[in-house]
Amino acid sequence: MPKKKSSEKAGSGHNLARLTELYNTMTRIRAFEETALTAHKAGEIPGPLHVSIGQEGVAAGVCINLTREDRITSNHRGHGHALAKGAEASRMFLELFGRAGGYCGGKGGSMHIADFSVGMLGANGVVTGGIPIAVGAAQGLKMLKSKAVVVCFFGDGAINRGPFLEGLNWAALYNLPVLFVCEDNGVAAFTATASVTAGPGVMARAASLGVSGVSVDGNDVVAVDAAAAHLLAEVRGGVGPRLLHAKTYRWTGHTSTDAAAWRDPVEVSAAKAGCPIARLKSLLIERGAANVEAIAQAAAGEMTACRSAAHAAPWPDPATAFDDVQDVGAVRHV
Amino acid sequence: MIDVTLVDAGRLAVQQEMRRDPRVWVLGEDVARGGLWGQYRGFLEEFGAERIVSTPISESTIMGAGLGAALVGTRPIIEMRIFDFVMCAMDELVNQIAKIRYMFGGQARPAVVVRMPHGMWRNSAAQHSQMLESWFVHLPGVIVVAPSCAADEAGLMVSAIRSDDPVLFFDPKDLWLAADRMPAGEIQPIPFGKARRLHEGGDLTIVTWSAIVPKVMEAVTLLAAQGVHADVLDLRTLWPWDEAAVLASVKKTKRLLVVHEAVEVGGFGGEIVARVIDQLGTAHVKVARRLGAPRLPIPFSPPLENQIRVTTEKIVAAAMKAARE
Ligand SMILES: Cc1ncc(C[n+]2csc(CCOP(=O)(O)OP(=O)(O)O)c2C)c(N)n1
Repeated sequence: MPKKKSSEKAGSGHNLARLTELYNTMTRIRAFEETALTAHKAGEIPGPLHVSIGQEGVAAGVCINLTREDRITSNHRGHGHALAKGAEASRMFLELFGRAGGYCGGKGGSMHIADFSVGMLGANGVVTGGIPIAVGAAQGLKMLKSKAVVVCFFGDGAINRGPFLEGLNWAALYNLPVLFVCEDNGVAAFTATASVTAGPGVMARAASLGVSGVSVDGNDVVAVDAAAAHLLAEVRGGVGPRLLHAKTYRWTGHTSTDAAAWRDPVEVSAAKAGCPIARLKSLLIERGAANVEAIAQAAAGEMTACRSAAHAAPWPDPATAFDDVQDVGAVRHV
Repeated sequence: MIDVTLVDAGRLAVQQEMRRDPRVWVLGEDVARGGLWGQYRGFLEEFGAERIVSTPISESTIMGAGLGAALVGTRPIIEMRIFDFVMCAMDELVNQIAKIRYMFGGQARPAVVVRMPHGMWRNSAAQHSQMLESWFVHLPGVIVVAPSCAADEAGLMVSAIRSDDPVLFFDPKDLWLAADRMPAGEIQPIPFGKARRLHEGGDLTIVTWSAIVPKVMEAVTLLAAQGVHADVLDLRTLWPWDEAAVLASVKKTKRLLVVHEAVEVGGFGGEIVARVIDQLGTAHVKVARRLGAPRLPIPFSPPLENQIRVTTEKIVAAAMKAARE
């Protein structure tokens, strides 16, 4: 797992090591999700999967600026966020497969992966669900005199639910250390977000609540990293919340079973031509990096191994269905 | 013993626990000015604005932020002002707080207390009078508390604050300002799931909780004058609930009447009746019945409200019928 150092001034100079780390994270996210999709098609993974193929630059570019103590909240499309925050791919795969040893012991699946040991406070099956939790976590951390900050990932579709307004108002009001990250892939499930969203969008809505921010090309990971570094430095400095608006594109349909026939093929090929990983790869090669292919191959190999291990892993003991409901008043029988 | 209202009792309990544990804090609308009933009076002066946080009218975020703050190690008391407003925070309560420990395989413990003053109070009409506690007994992952006297308000509040499980605490609005007494000195926690016996008798068992309890006790006195002696149990907590105490009592009386202020249809009384018949068998239970409100919203005008209210007279009549049938 890449070690995160809070002291490191991100974005500054973008040395080769940092670019390589970003590339490693992005290729691991891509390989994780492509492998998971294949496994899902093969019937190995139950339930729905929401993948973020095409959006990897946002998770990688933001999380490289975080320490282990910093917290994140995520949404239904959260594999990338978890991996970038340092969650283990092997335990994530076990969870996707519903096997023993998965992050949630098979109780959560793709939509509920969490790893509190690395500050990943959970994906969320409810759109906008992470926003109130993120601001509360920041309030709690502030109360406990912690130096940690909170990053809250959500999609462009989330800005039409009330808790978005409530949460930004709250964070601004109490001057909380939160970086809101809107991953704007232009769609909310199957609907063009613009077709259901009045006004100029997330930046203006945030600004109206006193939350300033930066809008970046989310498919340019170097730009994401630089913007996140800048905003997080401000947040760590105690100025209150900030917003990062990252414009990106989701290559796939909404869930693993959506063939995405509804997407405009011209738009999709344009997005693929501007692949954020390919862009970073060119930059790395230009800067003289030698091991680029090896990184991508290692990522693919890692995820294939995770898939096989998960496939071979035991199911959870059915009796564990009764565990971890509550301490008092827990039901222990069918 | 000291003279207190239920509001005082709750305030003393929260104050005691906030003095004991610096991680305990309160968030909700108007709490820094003391809360609607004075249940947090003096807290701003004693604990400062960081631990008694008056919030915007943002119920989703009051609930959700409480959860987030619990996930990083604080112990929030989430004040909903009036129960009915929790409807604006149902995702955060039902989908997040109640699920998060389970869904994440035990990684998180949302140690929150959600305070929800409920029930009829001073003709407050349909959106400020509801009793829907049975909804939450139906919800795995939470503890449901509904006290009816000062000592229980205080002792159960101490347990709620110390609990690592999320506790939904239903303060009985209609009784909140009533004069009562409780033991002086340090407030001891009262365990969840233990009923309190309010009256002994062999003719029928009455199971009840929350704001209706004083009316049940008025009825019990009237019944005794007519030679009917009721065994009365105040459940105090609805999940977990003291099934053993109820079964033991009905074994003796063979007759059960559950009395609650909430709507009878789908109320928690139905669950109690079903469990008792299930556990004791029909041969050992002569009567098992509920008395609750008709399935109507709460109307405003006093004669309309009184029409649907569960009154002492209705309790006497239902108990008499159950005892004599
Ligand atoms: C409150 C709520 N409403 C609806 C849904 C169903 N749903 C799941 S994802 C989604 C779209 C969310 O849009 P966005 O956050 O922009 O992310 P995207 O999936 O488009 O990448 C919807 C409507 C949900 N999970 N939660």
